[in-house]
Amino acid sequence: MPPGEPAADPAELLDPVAPGADGLRVSRVTVRFGGITAVDGASLHVRPASVTGLIGPNGAGKTTLFDVVTGLRRPETGAVLLDGDEVTRAPVHERARRGMARTFQRLEAFGSLTVRENVLVAAEIHATAGRALGRRAARARARDRADELLARTGIADYAAHRADTVPTGTARLLELARALAAEPRVLLLDEPSAGLSAPESAALAGLLRGLAGEGLAVLLVEHDMELVMGVCDTLYVLESGRIIAGGPPERVRADPRVRDAYLGPGEGAA
Amino acid sequence: MDSFLTYTVLGLVSGAGYAVAAGGLVVTYATSRIFNIGHGAVGMVMAFLFWELSAGRGLPAWAAVALVVLVVAPLCGALAERTVLRDLGEAPSDVALVVTVALMVALLGLAQTLWPPKPRPVSPFFEGHGFHLGSAFVGAHDLLTVAAGLLVAAGLSVLLRFTRTGAAMRATVHDPGLLALFGGRPAWTTSLSWAIGASLAALSGILLTPVVQLDYYGLTLLVISAYSAAMLGRLTSLPMTYLGALALGLLQSYTVGYLPTSGAFTGLRPAIPALFLFAVLVFLRSPQARLGRLRGAAGVAVASSRRAAPWAAVFVVAAAVAAAALPAEQALVVALGVVYGIVMLSMVLLNGYGGQVSLAQLTFAGVGAVVAARWASGSVLSLVAAAVVAAAVGALVALPALRLHGLYLALATLAFGQLMDKVVFQADFAFGYNGALDVRRLTVLGVRFGTEKAYLVLSAVVFALVGAGLLALRRGPYGRLVLALRDSETACATLGLNARLARVVLFAASAGIAGLAGALMGGLRQSVSASDFMVFNSLPLLLLAVACGVTSVTGAALGGAALAWLPKLQAQFPAAGGLLFLVVGVAAVALRSEPNGIAGWVFRFGRETVAARWTRLSGGPSPDAEPVDVGPVEAVGHAPR
Ligand SMILES: Nc1ncnc2c1ncn2[C@@H]1O[C@H](COP(=O)(O)OP(=O)(O)OP(=O)(O)O)[C@@H](O)[C@H]1O
Ligand SMILES: [Mg+2]
Repeated sequence: MPPGEPAADPAELLDPVAPGADGLRVSRVTVRFGGITAVDGASLHVRPASVTGLIGPNGAGKTTLFDVVTGLRRPETGAVLLDGDEVTRAPVHERARRGMARTFQRLEAFGSLTVRENVLVAAEIHATAGRALGRRAARARARDRADELLARTGIADYAAHRADTVPTGTARLLELARALAAEPRVLLLDEPSAGLSAPESAALAGLLRGLAGEGLAVLLVEHDMELVMGVCDTLYVLESGRIIAGGPPERVRADPRVRDAYLGPGEGAA
Repeated sequence: MDSFLTYTVLGLVSGAGYAVAAGGLVVTYATSRIFNIGHGAVGMVMAFLFWELSAGRGLPAWAAVALVVLVVAPLCGALAERTVLRDLGEAPSDVALVVTVALMVALLGLAQTLWPPKPRPVSPFFEGHGFHLGSAFVGAHDLLTVAAGLLVAAGLSVLLRFTRTGAAMRATVHDPGLLALFGGRPAWTTSLSWAIGASLAALSGILLTPVVQLDYYGLTLLVISAYSAAMLGRLTSLPMTYLGALALGLLQSYTVGYLPTSGAFTGLRPAIPALFLFAVLVFLRSPQARLGRLRGAAGVAVASSRRAAPWAAVFVVAAAVAAAALPAEQALVVALGVVYGIVMLSMVLLNGYGGQVSLAQLTFAGVGAVVAARWASGSVLSLVAAAVVAAAVGALVALPALRLHGLYLALATLAFGQLMDKVVFQADFAFGYNGALDVRRLTVLGVRFGTEKAYLVLSAVVFALVGAGLLALRRGPYGRLVLALRDSETACATLGLNARLARVVLFAASAGIAGLAGALMGGLRQSVSASDFMVFNSLPLLLLAVACGVTSVTGAALGGAALAWLPKLQAQFPAAGGLLFLVVGVAAVALRSEPNGIAGWVFRFGRETVAARWTRLSGGPSPDAEPVDVGPVEAVGHAPR
C-alpha cells in the first residue's frame, strides 16, 4: 500500500476497482452555498487499515465534505465511492448500512438518553437494520457490544449519566463509541479531540491506531497537529474548498504552500 | 370573462389581506424564531374589539381602527412576548408550538366569554363607494385592503432593511448573543416585533371581517392562508411572502369561482385554504433540522412493569367501583374521560416520547368511530379495524409529509383536520352531510357491554392495557429508538436508521391508538357526528394533555378526567362561555415551568412524601429519594431483565 501519493487523480478514482476493500474515495466534489464555494473539486482516498488526516483552516470546508460523504448534503458535482461502489445518491441510512459512520463537530449525542443507551441504541439499530427490532439474540449481542465499546473508549464511568450532562470531551468519545457500535468499515471523525485532556488525547491516538490495525479506514479532521502527525498515515490539506496537498504527513508538513495556508505566511520559518 | 374580472378583484383583495397577516407572522418569526399559530386568533379578538368600539360604543370607525391597530394590539403583543413567549425560540420546538396553540385557544375562549355568540353584522368601510372596472365593482374597502397590503409590505421592507432597529431585528435571529455583545437590545427588538405582529394581525382581521363576518373560528382560520404565504416566503423573505399571498388569494378565488357547483367538488370549497396549506408544506420541504443541540428532552422516570401493574389494577378496580356506585349519566361522563385519556395516550407516544405535535388527534378518533360504525359494528373486530384504518390514514398523512417535522408537521395536521372536517367527514361514506352515525355497543366473547357502566369498565381496561403497553415499549429498544429519533434524527440516520420511515411508523401508531379511542367513544355514545371530532376540539385536548403531563400515562389519565369534567363545570357557570378554553390555554402556558405537567408534580410530591416518611421511620435517607427529574436515566437499560 503506497501511503503517499498526492491528491488522487480523479480519472483513476472512477476506474473500476476490486470491490470489498477499497475504503472511501471522494472524487471532484463541489459544494456551493449561494455565492461561496465551500468545497471546490476536492478528491481524496481513505484506504482501509489506515488513518487519513484532513486538515485545513477554519471554514476550509472539512465539515461540509463530511456531510457530502455521509449523504447529509448533495454535492453539486462529484462522486463518493464506498469500497468501489458509487454511493453519491444513496440516502444517509443506506450509506451507514453499507459501512460508513461518523461523529459530529457540533455534537449530536442523544441528550435524553444515558451514555450507555446512546451506544446501545446504535448497536441495536445496527443489529436490526432492515429487520424487525425484536431478535433476542441480536439484542443481547448489542448490549455486550455497547459495554465493550464504553470500556474501550474509556467512558464506562459515565455509562449511567444522561448524555446532556457529561463534559464535552466525554460526549465526543461517546459519539465515537456510538459510531463504532455500527461496526463501520469507514469511520469519519470531525475534531474528536476538542475538549479532551492531554492524556485523553493520547489514549484517543492509541485507539485510532488500534482501529486502523483492525482494518478500518479512518478519516480524521483535527486541529490538534500533534495528534494528526502522530497517528496519520496520509494527510490531506484543504484550503478554501481545494485539496492543496496530500501525501505522507512529514512531506505535507514541509510543503511551503501548506505552511502559507495553514500556519499563515511568515510562520513557516519555525 | 366578466366573472373572471370579479374573481380577480376578489382574489387580489383577499390576497392583500393575507399578505398583511403573513407579514406579521414573518416579522415575529424572523426575530423570535417562534411561529405564532395564534396569529389568526389575535386578529379575531382585535376584530371583535373593533366591532365593540365602533358598533357597540359608537366610536368613529377611523378612531376605532387607530385605537385597536396602533395602541391595543401592539401593547398586547408586547405584553404577551414579555410574559409567556420570551426565550421560547430556544426551547424544543414542540414546547413553543404548544404555547402558541395555547395562546390561540385562550384567545378563542376570551372572545367567546367577552362577546357571547349573537349576530354582529359588519359592513365594509365606505360601503357603497367604489368604482367599476369593466364589469367588476371595486369597493372602497377593497381598495383600502390592497393599499394596506402594499403599504405594509413596503413599510416592513424599509424597516428591516434600512433602519437600525430592523438590522437589530434581523441580527437577533441569527445570533442573539452576538447582538447583545455589540450593544444591541434583542429583548427590546423581540418585544417590538411581537407588537408589530399583533398590530398587523389586528389590521388584517379588521380588513377581512366583512368577508367572513365576526365568526370566532372563521376569522381565526383565515390565517391558514397567511401560514401558506409565510411558508412560501420560507418564513424569512418578505417579498416572496407578499407575492405568495397574492398568488394564493387569486388561486383560491379562481378555484372557488370555477369549481363545479354540483357533484363531488361542492364540499371542497371551504377546505381550499387548508388544501393549499397542505400542498405548500409538502412541496416546499421544510428546512433541515437544527444541528448541534445536545440538550435532551425532559421526561419522568418510567415505572417498571412490576410497579405499573398494581396501579393499572387499581385504575380498573376504581373504574369498576365508580361504575357500580354512579348513576348512568355520570358513569357516561367518567367513561368519556377515560376514552379521552386513551386519545391522550396517543399523544404521550407521539409528543411525550416522540417530540412531535399533532393538532388533529381527534380527527383520527373520528376515523376510528366511522370504521367502528360501518364495519363489524358491535364486535371486537370493529375495534381492531378502527385502530388499523386510523393508523393507515395516519401513515397517509405522514407519508407525503415525510420530510416534515416539528412546526411543519403540526401545520400539516391542522390542514388535514380541516380537510377531514369540511370534506371527508361530510361525505356519504363517513358521517354524511351534517349527519350522525349509530354505533352498536360491543359484545366481547359473549359478554355484552350494553350499558354506560359496562363501557366505563371496558374503557378502563383498554386504557390500562394501552398504558401498560406504552410503558413496556418505552422501556425497551423501541423506546430508546423513539427518544433517539427525537433528539437527533441526523445522528439516527448516520447510524443506519431510516429515520423518515421510523417517524411515519410512530405517527401511524399514535393515530391508531386515537382511532381505537374513537371506536370506543362511538360505542359509548351510541351516536356520533363529525362535530364530535372537529379539529378545534383537538386543540384543548392537546393542551390539557400537555398541562396534565404528556410525558406520562398518569398525565393522560388526569387529562382525560379534566377534559370530561371541565364542560360540566362550565355548564354550572354558563355565563363564562369560553371559560374552558381560557382555563386550558392558561394551564398549558404553565407547562413552561414543568414540562411533565401536573403529573410531574404528583410524582415529585409522591416521592417527597414517601422520602420524608422513610426518613422519619428509619432515620436515614430513603432509597427512593433521588430527584424525580433525572428523567429517563433509570428508565432504560438498568432495569433488571
Ligand atoms: N449551511 C451553510 N450555509 C451556508 N454556508 C455554509 C453552511 N455550512 C457551511 N458554510 C460555509 O461553508 C464554508 C465551509 O464550512 P465548513 O463548516 O465545512 O468548514 P470547516 O472546515 O469544517 O471549518 P471548521 O474548522 O471551523 O470546522 C464556510 O465558509 C462556511 O461559512
Ligand atoms: Mg468543521
